[in-house]
Amino acid sequence: MEFFRIHRTIPFMRHAKVLNAISLITFVLAVFFIITRGFHLSIEFTGGTLMEVGYKQTAQLDEVRSVVTKLGYSDFQVQNFGTSRDVMIRLPLAEGQTSATQSETVIAALKQADPSVELRRVEFVGPQIGEELVHNGLMALLVVALGIMVYLGLRFEWKFALAGVVANLHDVVIILGFFAFFQWEFSLPVLAGVLAVLGYSVNESVVIMDRIRENFRKYRRADVPEVINSAITQTISRTVITHGSTQLMVLSMFFFGGPSLHYFALALTIGIWFGIYSSVFVAAALAMWMGVKREDLIKAPKKVEENEVETP
Amino acid sequence: MNRYPLWKYITVLVAVVIGLLYTLPNFYGESPAVQVSSAKATVRIEPAMLDRVQQTLDEAKLQSEGAYFEQNGPQGTVRARFPSTDVQLAARDLLERTLNPNPADPQYTVALNLLPASPAWMKTLGFFEPKPMYLGLDLRGGVHFLLQVDMRGALTARYDSMAADMRSALRQDRIEGASVERAGNTVVADFADAATRDRALSMLRSRQPDLTFSSRENNGRAELVGTLSENAITTVQSSALRQNINTLHNRINELGVAEPVIQQQGADRIVVQLPGVQDVAKAKELLGRTATLEIRMVDDSPAAQQALMSNTVPFGLERFDDRNGAPLLVRRQVVLTGENLQDAQPGRDSQTQQPTVNLTLDSKGARIFRDVTRDNVNKRMAILLFENGRGEVVTAPVIRTEIAGGQVQISGSMTTQEAADTSLLLRAGSLAAPMSIIEERTIGPSLGADNIKKGFDSTLYGFVAIAIFMIVYYRLFGVFSTLGLAMNVLLLLALLSMLQATLTLPGIAAIALTLGMAIDSNVLINERIREELRNGATPHQAIHQGFERAWGTILDSNLTTLIVGLALLAFGTGPVRGFAVVHCLGILTSMFTSVVGVRAMVNFWYGRQRKLDKLAIGAVWKPKQH
Repeated sequence: MEFFRIHRTIPFMRHAKVLNAISLITFVLAVFFIITRGFHLSIEFTGGTLMEVGYKQTAQLDEVRSVVTKLGYSDFQVQNFGTSRDVMIRLPLAEGQTSATQSETVIAALKQADPSVELRRVEFVGPQIGEELVHNGLMALLVVALGIMVYLGLRFEWKFALAGVVANLHDVVIILGFFAFFQWEFSLPVLAGVLAVLGYSVNESVVIMDRIRENFRKYRRADVPEVINSAITQTISRTVITHGSTQLMVLSMFFFGGPSLHYFALALTIGIWFGIYSSVFVAAALAMWMGVKREDLIKAPKKVEENEVETP
Repeated sequence: MNRYPLWKYITVLVAVVIGLLYTLPNFYGESPAVQVSSAKATVRIEPAMLDRVQQTLDEAKLQSEGAYFEQNGPQGTVRARFPSTDVQLAARDLLERTLNPNPADPQYTVALNLLPASPAWMKTLGFFEPKPMYLGLDLRGGVHFLLQVDMRGALTARYDSMAADMRSALRQDRIEGASVERAGNTVVADFADAATRDRALSMLRSRQPDLTFSSRENNGRAELVGTLSENAITTVQSSALRQNINTLHNRINELGVAEPVIQQQGADRIVVQLPGVQDVAKAKELLGRTATLEIRMVDDSPAAQQALMSNTVPFGLERFDDRNGAPLLVRRQVVLTGENLQDAQPGRDSQTQQPTVNLTLDSKGARIFRDVTRDNVNKRMAILLFENGRGEVVTAPVIRTEIAGGQVQISGSMTTQEAADTSLLLRAGSLAAPMSIIEERTIGPSLGADNIKKGFDSTLYGFVAIAIFMIVYYRLFGVFSTLGLAMNVLLLLALLSMLQATLTLPGIAAIALTLGMAIDSNVLINERIREELRNGATPHQAIHQGFERAWGTILDSNLTTLIVGLALLAFGTGPVRGFAVVHCLGILTSMFTSVVGVRAMVNFWYGRQRKLDKLAIGAVWKPKQH
């Protein structure tokens, strides 16, 4: 069985301009949504209060929800905790209210609805933690971008390095754009997922660049777009199969992994698809616009490949 | 051409065997256990305790799956495993009753625990004994606290004690008319004239090497301003942190928590994780607990006696009970606190042979104590111990004479044990600097079990889906790839177990993701082999070239991914770090399995066949020649 029966090199680069324009628009839109809508950050980032209350009998979660909604909260979670009589309520940090007064108003309202309710515990995450997380996340992003640039610069050359990093950041920004647009909860696992996408998408770019370098060696007479096209064509089946496999795993996490892994898997899914797209059309095309040449990649033709093929 | 020397096969085989060995304990899981440890500093657990526990269990016909004695530093523990939680609970209650006949004064902590249920032969491996991975709080349930240590408090306390030391030093050297006070984060000494100041300065410089002094004039008075040097501040802060961690250790040991984590995080934070603890209130109480000593004067005036009879408390007084439950009225004004306490040791009175607690006060405390005892001869002084915010009068002796020198002996109706306990609490029970909880997380045990199941299931389903696809698409090479992927999981789990890494839910997600990405190497290789075949290479050539050429790409792509993983490891906290550890290790194992492991399988299968016409790698489609 073989999915890809490709007779000739597909001219990917012919439509590079249009696709890059689309990329740019998506990117700008993502940035726009991130700025205008912001993120729906989880309690780890925002700080916030978490309350545990206990009822004498099985708790009616819907009732609890309606009580909390009446207090003017929209952004909260109510779920069972441990037993069916215990309920966990997550509240965001409210401005001008300490965690103590916040929990007091909530418990008073709950008491009105059902006097048997009892406050078991109030816990909170201080706001200083969140600031640190954001700082560390940005630092990680910066170090990753620099690290990849240096490595690709050494291993290939600077045009590829720059193109690879731009393609990568393009993916990350677009994932963030999705999270901003749909207001999906952005939690620590999602952050891990987004950063993992960085590695994943650069991986894809590297495979293609590797082929481009090899094909520069192989096809002496082909021009740059032709070489890039042939490299992408030759790796396209690997690209689809690998990402298909990874996607299978991620889908499995999405469907069976429970709520904690839900958005993590979602971030990865977007990352995988945009990772493919950006490696093919953004990284390779950028390298082409920047004028990557045969001489850039093959410094001195020291070793001739054993079974050389002249034309594709 | 596709043959491996014997040693390469052996390497792969050994890796698999070691992988199996170290992964195995994770599948046995953990069995319920009861742990007996000492509840008091003076009670030691000896190996004889093991016999006692076993005998008690045998008599009650409670089936245990083995009991062990373990010496961990100065502390011994006895642990017994049980087949079910019902037996475990029964055994706990039984042992609690037998070992602690007096529940009000427990000698031993009998706690529920979980022990790895690996078979006995594994324990014979000694140092190499495979242990299961440590499960994070999100998988096993428990409490997590992040405590912020208030370093300003520690510094203030240090400046206070420096000021006191300077006062006594000046007095000793008969430098009169000086007053020393702490002003913010400085110590200011004030002298009558510059000459006295200069004399004091040369003396203080040698006595107080931690302080840097500067002179200034203020309203005609000569002043010395002392500040702590950078080094000294760092020392104060790190020792405050250390003492707080020690104190937390002491307290948490009392809870009998299985594997508590008490770690420094950053310069001024402490992480406390108590797996399996569900009682947050109790844990919090224990962490925030302070045993402090206060010395106050007793009011024995007739008016006070009358108030005591009528159960009222006059203004300025407070009512406390002594150890025998008799009430006492004590002034609110505190003479001395535990801050001025340097040491507390149990001892015996040289005349009466009664157990005592011997306190050593610092110079400030000694001076105050001398003044107070001189002014209050024949009155009673109460020594109060506050624990968990509740005060109790340890003893209220009558002052016979002025006590100078800072050596105080407390004797009263105490047993030897109580004397030891009290001194331990006074000595180790206090925190060097106040702490506040800035983060708190609790995960119920059912949620933890749920998380494990979901994480495991999703990884399994994903793996099966990939395996089916690979085998259908690449036939025999798909089988090799799948075996390689399985070997990858095995080695990854073994490595995590070996390092005793903490597995969290993001860690499981990382295992799944690593598998999804690890297949990339196999796909690269298989696609390359097909491509070589398409270009007309012979099967053996195709295998050789395929692996060879894919290797460069695999190395490049994995190294860039590794860079990302390392950055996450360096900057990540909590879940992100758990994810990163697994991710990095997974990249390394996947490189080994796909390049060496799978190659070994392919070589083993095809290498022996000299004449090879076909590879079972699925149909290789060739474009029509034009």
